[in-house]
Amino acid sequence: MIFSDNILTIITFLPLLGALFVLMVPGSDEKANENMRNIALVTTLITFILSLIMWALFDPDNINFQFVQNYDWIGNIIGYRMGVDGISVLFVVLTALLMPMAILVSWDSIKIRLKEYLILFLVLETLMIGVFTTLDLAMFYIFFEGGLIPMLLIIGIWGGKYRVQASYKFFFYTFVGSVFMLLAIMAMFWYAGTLDIAKLLKVQFPEQMQFWLWLAFFASFAVKMPMWPFHRWLPEAHVQAPTAGSVILAAILLKMGGYGFLRFSLPMFPDASAYFANFIFFLSVGAIIITSLIALVQTDIKKLIAYSSVAHMGFVTMGIFTANIYGIEGAIFQMISHGFISGALFISVGVIYDRMHTREISAYGGLVERMPKYAFAFMVFTMANIGLPGTSGFVGEFLTLIAIFQVNIWFAAIATFGVILSAAYALWLYRRVIFEAMTKESLKSILDLDKREMVVIVPLIILTILFGFYPAPILDTISPSVEALVAEISQIMGAGASPIVPH
Amino acid sequence: MVEAIVFLPLVGALIAGLLGHKIGDRASEIITSSLLVISAILSWIIFFPIAFGNGAEEVIKVEIMRWIEVGDLDLRWVLRVDSLTAVMLVVVSSVSSLVHIYSIGYMADDPSRSRFFAYLSLFTFAMLMLVTADNLLQLFFGWEGVGLASYLLIGFWYKRPSANAAAIKAFIVNRVGDFGFALGIFATFVLLGSIDIDMAFSAIEGAKNISISFLGAELNALTLAALLLFMGAMGKSAQFLLHTWLPDAMEGPTPVSALIHAATMVTAGVFMVARLSPIFDASTFAMSVVLVVGAITAFFAATIGLVQNDIKRVIAYSTCSQLGYMFVALGAGAYSAGIYHLFTHAFFKALLFLGAGSVIHAMHHEQDMRKMGGLRKKIPITYIMMIIGTLALTGVGIPGTSFGFAGFFSKDSIIEAAYAVGGPLGNFAFWSLVLAALFTSFYSWRLIHMTFHGSTRAEQHNYEKAHESPNIMLVPLYFLAIGSIFAGVLFYDQFFGKEKYIEAFFANSIIIVGHIIEAAHNAPTWVKWSATFAMLLGFVSAYWMYILQPSLPARLAKAMPIPYQFLLNKWYFDELYDVIFVKPTIRLGNFLWKKMDDKLIDNMIIEGLGRKVQLVTAKFVKLQSGYLYHYAFAMLIGIAALLTWEVVAGGLL
Repeated sequence: MIFSDNILTIITFLPLLGALFVLMVPGSDEKANENMRNIALVTTLITFILSLIMWALFDPDNINFQFVQNYDWIGNIIGYRMGVDGISVLFVVLTALLMPMAILVSWDSIKIRLKEYLILFLVLETLMIGVFTTLDLAMFYIFFEGGLIPMLLIIGIWGGKYRVQASYKFFFYTFVGSVFMLLAIMAMFWYAGTLDIAKLLKVQFPEQMQFWLWLAFFASFAVKMPMWPFHRWLPEAHVQAPTAGSVILAAILLKMGGYGFLRFSLPMFPDASAYFANFIFFLSVGAIIITSLIALVQTDIKKLIAYSSVAHMGFVTMGIFTANIYGIEGAIFQMISHGFISGALFISVGVIYDRMHTREISAYGGLVERMPKYAFAFMVFTMANIGLPGTSGFVGEFLTLIAIFQVNIWFAAIATFGVILSAAYALWLYRRVIFEAMTKESLKSILDLDKREMVVIVPLIILTILFGFYPAPILDTISPSVEALVAEISQIMGAGASPIVPH
Repeated sequence: MVEAIVFLPLVGALIAGLLGHKIGDRASEIITSSLLVISAILSWIIFFPIAFGNGAEEVIKVEIMRWIEVGDLDLRWVLRVDSLTAVMLVVVSSVSSLVHIYSIGYMADDPSRSRFFAYLSLFTFAMLMLVTADNLLQLFFGWEGVGLASYLLIGFWYKRPSANAAAIKAFIVNRVGDFGFALGIFATFVLLGSIDIDMAFSAIEGAKNISISFLGAELNALTLAALLLFMGAMGKSAQFLLHTWLPDAMEGPTPVSALIHAATMVTAGVFMVARLSPIFDASTFAMSVVLVVGAITAFFAATIGLVQNDIKRVIAYSTCSQLGYMFVALGAGAYSAGIYHLFTHAFFKALLFLGAGSVIHAMHHEQDMRKMGGLRKKIPITYIMMIIGTLALTGVGIPGTSFGFAGFFSKDSIIEAAYAVGGPLGNFAFWSLVLAALFTSFYSWRLIHMTFHGSTRAEQHNYEKAHESPNIMLVPLYFLAIGSIFAGVLFYDQFFGKEKYIEAFFANSIIIVGHIIEAAHNAPTWVKWSATFAMLLGFVSAYWMYILQPSLPARLAKAMPIPYQFLLNKWYFDELYDVIFVKPTIRLGNFLWKKMDDKLIDNMIIEGLGRKVQLVTAKFVKLQSGYLYHYAFAMLIGIAALLTWEVVAGGLL
């Protein structure tokens, strides 16, 4: 079928086409702006629908790459190679899901250079989806690093007061990390003679080489995740980014690091992964505890949520390197779920920021009186952030914790301690923003969610609760691929992942 | 039928919560309450054949849908009903439906009643999910769900800072327990290969001798798992060290205190240990810990109850203490006695709380007993109800006969079981409980005297205007009073009769340790009378101090300021925790943020590097010309450069 053969290409590049249309809209009056917004929205919606069709066509039981396209392209070295498996397919859907929301939350809040803004977002979508669909290492690098540029501009142009510093820091961190990855990619090509990821997955790199390759990839992915202590760019970037920028940053860009670990580090360098597993666990529980403690004392709502994101990504990295099925499925689930929960949290902050133009926690209080719908939505997302069972936030945390418990009780105990801290900072934030009497004059006329905001937030509430009670659609999709991956690496990682007590 | 029992409250919660503002408060009240009444009736329909027939002949399991299925984990949403669950279903749905009805009267003036009833029903749903859980994770779901509802209801009057603080405190202290519970679940999975209740139990025999190295010591793995799980129970049931949230939870509306913080949620820990009795029973050490923690809590909470002046706080400490009794029973191996006390306690403690609510209602939200007194004539029905509750709580009855209030039978069972354990631990538990019984009697009668007897200390107009509650609040009290009188004597055989009766009733849903029950039944006469004697002593001293010599308590307090202040300030636990946990955590957070994150990582390391490339930065800022084509061009160049780099590098290599 021509359609299903090319579906990944269509999904990946459709947003680029949309960007072209936006570019061609003449004029800059309100009418033109309206048209541009509509084009962007329709493009992203169609992309989302196509991604759902792709998910429906995707056969979970087939552990090979699906919807594959593979053509030699530049100098017979870089190929045009596309394909998804159980590990990547849902990231495509997640990206496509969040883009229309990002467009919608920017609807009224972006007042300057709307055209450029929309174009950048659409370009960004192509680059992000490309990361998850490409099967060529060089193309992966281009998509992976290419996404940096539009995000840099989005923060740098439409950001807050210190946007330039923040965007610089963002660029500096991620670019330094990626230089090492580029070197590693070249080394891999030199050794294996191909950049085809499907082929590279079957290559056995020498142990010594794995060690260096692993570190080089780690430099890039650890910054992207971000793992503690390479996270310092994130709070800055989030605080300064416009709402939609934060949403995409937290929901999608952060997931690229985790995806990278799963796609490259773990299967291609299993010896090195086993060697470094404890190092990763150390950084992960460090992230969970330390950034949670930092989140506890924040005075800026966005910064608080940004730090909490770092803590949640700690569960992901920890889960991935347990290299058992619970940990990896938990990590993927956590990434998907954190995608819409953190997106929802940043959208929630955006809602009140649009009204009050401040992110200071102390500027709020008692919002429930005038904003009951908002209070309800924010409660759902707060509880999901805490990892309350019945929300999607729980499933990933539970699986990664049960996985690490099988590997090392100490790390498990420390990581589990994080659930106390997350409850503390999230509930305290909620109390200070939503509860108590509304005493501040400035808030007395604040309005509850409008229709457009409801359109964005209600689906996120539904997803959060649906996947909390019924995570099967996600777990069923990823299970076979993850099982195959675990079978592949368990020979080597097995030593690290042996159960603490024999059955 | 089970589905209806569990999900009707959820339906009610959704209707009241999501449509409440459309259908109105009155409709929300009627819908949620009637759904709960149906649920309660269905629960009794399930319970009666089990109680008076042959027990639950087979376990009912209703699968609702799949949940988390990964590798060996095969978790589904299943409603499980066996004898133990049936008892809990009856307790939860009955008390909840009565509290719903009562709240229609109690909350009549509140502007957000739909929200209140939505929370109440949501709580009931979560609690029913908890007691019908077929695997540990669903238990954990219900566990956290009731925690959420409790948080929402404690903070229901969200304008009060104290209510918000109490709500957060409750959630977080419970999370400390959940930390242990979660680790316990992981340990169970690793150790027994499943967290499905039946499958896990069947693997216990083979896992008894596995040891695990933890904290540098070789620990029996099952003991570790049991202790971790028990930590969860300690949090939810407000046991010693994790008890501090319960008294503060009284910030919530009084019906909430009755339902959640007395009759049902706080007993979840007791239920959990009973549900997992095969795991606990496999570890003597874990059982001893349960016994000792229960005994300490029973005694310690009762001492604090002696001097509190807030009517709800007295009952709250009493709850804490009574939960200690239940844990002593569990730790003694008399699981059925623990559940027995859970069952009877639900009736009389809900009665006492709702009665107190009626007093507070009459006194226009005055809760300080020092400003009450002499209310007997003003609110005679409430007075009688409170007397019945007190008689049941203090365990009035004649040992060796069938005459007695509900608490008499269940409490004496526990005291006898503690004696039956013997040895230093058993003796410690026994004497703690007898002393606690003395204190219980004292503070209960003190409450009655200070509230209802003597001349009033209330403000004149407050006292004048005091009025009996409407029938919608009184009728639930009648039902609970019936339970407080008869729940003990009617179900004695099922819970603590001859071993074969208990076995017939519980039918494998809990462990029944025959020799403990045997030994408890054969306890010497002085043991059987000890609790009754302690009760009488407490009654007499309260009568003496608050009726005959009303000036004595103040003089005593003045004569012994140190013990008095120590008790009045609740053994200074809040202050202690503030100093050793709360403040250092905040300080640590600030240190990590300002010193490590901002100064070390950002300023010294990264910006240090950054300063070396500051020239680049300067140029970069200049690059921000603001023209789109500049950016687009920069992007293109960037991508082209990368591509070239790839190709050249690839080609050269």
